[in-house]
Amino acid sequence: MSVASTENAISTGRITRAFIYLMLILFATFYLLPFGIMLINSVKPLSEINGGNMMALPQVFTLEPWFKAWNSAQIGVEPTGLQPYFWNSLKMVFPAVAISTVLGALNGYVLTKWRFKGDTILFGLMLFACFIPFQIVLIPMARVLGFLGIAGSTPGLVLVHVVYGLGFTTLYFRNYYQVFPTELIRAAQIDGAGFFRIFWRIMLPSSGPIIVVSVIWQFTNIWNDFLFGASFADLDSQPMTVALNNLVSSSTGVKEYNVHFAGAILAALPTLLVYIVAGRYFVRGLMAGSVKG
Amino acid sequence: MVDQTNSSVAMAADYATPTAVKPDLRTRLQNLIPKLVLSPSLALMLVFVYGFIVFSVYLSFTGSRILPSYEWVGLENYEKLFRLRHWSIAITNLGVFASLYIAICIAIGLSLAIFLDQKIRGEGFLRPIFLYPMALSFIVTGTAWKWFLDPGIGLEHTMHLWGWESFQFDWIKNRDFAIYTVVIAAVWQTSGFVMAMFLAGLRGIDNEILKAAQIDGASNWNMYRRIIIPQLRPAFLSAFVILSHLAIKSYDLVVALTGGGPGRATEVPATFMYSYTFTRNQMGIGASSAVIMLMTVAAIMVPYLYAELREKK
Amino acid sequence: MHKLLVKTTSALALLAATAGTSVAADVEVLHWWTSGGEAAALNVLKDDLESQGIGWADMPVAGGGGESAMTVLRARVTAGNAPTAVQMLGFDIQDWAKEGALANLNEVAAKEGWDDVVPAALQRFAKFDGKWISAPVNVHSTNWVWANKAVLDKNGIAMPTTWEEFTAALDKLKAAGVTPLAHGGQPWQDATLFDAVVMSTGGPDFYKAAFIDLDEEALGSDTMKEAFDRMGVLRANVDKNFSGRDWNLATAMVINGDAGFQMMGDWAKGEFLGAGKKPGEDFLCFRFPGTQNQVTFNADQFAMFDQGGEVSAEQAALASAIMSPNFQSAFNVVKGSVPARTDVSDEAFDACGQKGMKDLAAAASSGNLYGSMAHGHAAPASVKNAIYDVVTAHFNGEYDSASAVEELVDAVSIAK
Repeated sequence: MSVASTENAISTGRITRAFIYLMLILFATFYLLPFGIMLINSVKPLSEINGGNMMALPQVFTLEPWFKAWNSAQIGVEPTGLQPYFWNSLKMVFPAVAISTVLGALNGYVLTKWRFKGDTILFGLMLFACFIPFQIVLIPMARVLGFLGIAGSTPGLVLVHVVYGLGFTTLYFRNYYQVFPTELIRAAQIDGAGFFRIFWRIMLPSSGPIIVVSVIWQFTNIWNDFLFGASFADLDSQPMTVALNNLVSSSTGVKEYNVHFAGAILAALPTLLVYIVAGRYFVRGLMAGSVKG
Repeated sequence: MVDQTNSSVAMAADYATPTAVKPDLRTRLQNLIPKLVLSPSLALMLVFVYGFIVFSVYLSFTGSRILPSYEWVGLENYEKLFRLRHWSIAITNLGVFASLYIAICIAIGLSLAIFLDQKIRGEGFLRPIFLYPMALSFIVTGTAWKWFLDPGIGLEHTMHLWGWESFQFDWIKNRDFAIYTVVIAAVWQTSGFVMAMFLAGLRGIDNEILKAAQIDGASNWNMYRRIIIPQLRPAFLSAFVILSHLAIKSYDLVVALTGGGPGRATEVPATFMYSYTFTRNQMGIGASSAVIMLMTVAAIMVPYLYAELREKK
Repeated sequence: MHKLLVKTTSALALLAATAGTSVAADVEVLHWWTSGGEAAALNVLKDDLESQGIGWADMPVAGGGGESAMTVLRARVTAGNAPTAVQMLGFDIQDWAKEGALANLNEVAAKEGWDDVVPAALQRFAKFDGKWISAPVNVHSTNWVWANKAVLDKNGIAMPTTWEEFTAALDKLKAAGVTPLAHGGQPWQDATLFDAVVMSTGGPDFYKAAFIDLDEEALGSDTMKEAFDRMGVLRANVDKNFSGRDWNLATAMVINGDAGFQMMGDWAKGEFLGAGKKPGEDFLCFRFPGTQNQVTFNADQFAMFDQGGEVSAEQAALASAIMSPNFQSAFNVVKGSVPARTDVSDEAFDACGQKGMKDLAAAASSGNLYGSMAHGHAAPASVKNAIYDVVTAHFNGEYDSASAVEELVDAVSIAK
């Protein structure tokens, strides 16, 4: 999707610009604050945290909490740190994001370029599904997973995340494909290209930006999910968020806040990375379709 | 599903191919593929969303406690639900929270997008800073927020240490104000995302119109008010849908920040539903609260979806 | 109905088992003990089992004093994928037994004579319908007060033994500019206070009538109003930042001398010991004034889930390992609680632990051992939480004592 110009035609005065910069910096501070607190306190020894100033810089700098959170903190009875759970999360998040994105793309393609009677209603039904509160699906979902024999496994989690991500990915791709010129499809059809050929040769190559949007959205949601991970995972499929929760909200015991913060940042790294690396394509992707409607 | 698919092939042919001649086998097959492609997703939706909704509606009429049971109790759960003060607190809180959250997010998101759109130096640096909170769950940032808002160790304490003795910020401890701290944290998380949506909308506006308006001597203020913001309508709608969805589902946020407290002052329907279904062993009441929530969502979303989808035809 | 459910559940379990990856002769243990000390204590159990060739598959789900773990359990059982053993509290055990989901441990219990060594008040939860269904690990008692000795000495306060002495002490501390009572405003902590206050105000019979028998008259009585009034007194003696505070941060206030007292279960001791404090020298532990002869308790137990009719060999071995006196001693020394069996030697315990064991034995034999309402050992979860709602709303100033009493009666009747 080409965009005429990324800058607008409005010019502003000096005072206005100063005001704008001031506001932007203020907001940047606001956004950075919680993460800053976590970062500062993750490199302090515990004694400095208890009864100290949370915004003070560390007097003694230590990376000990980070190492501890990664590979030696107690998660349950095993002093494994968050490390094994990190891989569990990865094993779950990649297939789930891939499948829900592909399905969303196909759905969007059908719903905009191969329309049939009642397709709008079907789309409406899929959209409404985005709003279902996850708490109510836990029990019936557990029964279905048990029935399918994939309870407590990574495939089970992938299924759950695909199902509840579909509404969003379909929405993104549908809105994106809607502004895609239908004439191109018709022309290809007359040339004898079939359904999948058109999708593969014409739609997909120009879907880059919206794929980025869909992947970012799904990756973040699935990586950060706690409820499903806690309810439907076994030992060998428990995701990072569940392990982090075990680390942070240990019931009756001593709280090591520095390790907690280090672990929290570790758990957040992949999503942060995705946002920072793909962030600029993100706005471009949104621009190219999903907010145009 | 299958029946419907078969019977609508002919009509689909009208949509998909320009020719009205009776299609041969290959074309008919071609016309079936789109529906076949769509059907797995639809089947998943029907079972995992609508099937489960029906199941919950059914549960809400049963005396289920620790596990689902099939003992019919009629409307008893709903009667109990509306006798609970706890529930009316949760509903009121959701109303306050959702309206403030959506309004503030849109205001901040739009302002930041407009600011960033002024050929700002360092935009590439600022944008990820505004966006990153969306990447973090409250499982991750909850503890930090709790610290920050706690007057004993957080912002108030720090201000006192820095010499501003009269500074007061104890909303999280005050049952009349605690819900606003939830709004602050929620706005922190998503306003950057909303900013990105508006920024995308702004960048999609045709510059020629703006230049023409400028030549006509329109002020910046007027250009935004008359020309630019009205063109952002789709962005407003997308933002509204995404924000209301997040507001209704807000659960982690409340649990991490206040745990529903002080007292029960920040209970919302999502936490209510969870606690009745899973920790209080009153699954029937939990299910009935879920049904009421879904009905509320439907009352807002269905007209909206209807209007949106109709218009586009 | 239950039978049908169990049938489908076990049928599903078979299905799941064929697809699952579980190795034979492993125990999968769902629990919420994830902090260093607790996990170290569990490791004793793990090593014991491994020496018998039984593998330990760990399934920790922390949070909310087991609330998250119970949600997970429900999903697992519904999916026909129940863990081998699950850490559980009080009424949850009974509720699961009612669903017919728990395995019968009578054989191992009879062989090892559990009936004779476990107090009857605990058996009430560990047995259902005459069958042992869980193995108790420990007994926590919840009506303790923890005090900073230096702060008390400095203000000339002796260990209070009556409510009047206690309020006098609180007043003195307040006048001296010390926070009298360290407290965290979370519903379960508010309720922990309420437990002790009700016991002290109305005595054990009243406690039983109100919280265990859920007698409407007791719940709506003037004594209950008096108890709420006393809660108001306690409320006036906490600092202004109390709400939402974790219990261990409140304990830290006592440790650091910022506060005089904390009312908390015996797990608070771990915090004092962790800070290098000595019982009797640096800090004091005593029963809440007016409850010197009573013990309100909660007990962690491990319930075994039925894996197809019979108790498996691993489950029996796990239960037997949990009940062995060595494990009970080793675990509870670390955890701060006292053993669930009364015949364990108190040699390895410190002063507070020994006092706890003595109190428990005395209370058990004199009929003064009561389940703690705040910790789910007096009434089922629905009622417990309904009481939480009222207590915490009152503590936060939403109700006065008179309307709190009315709300209490109403809330309990809805939840029953």
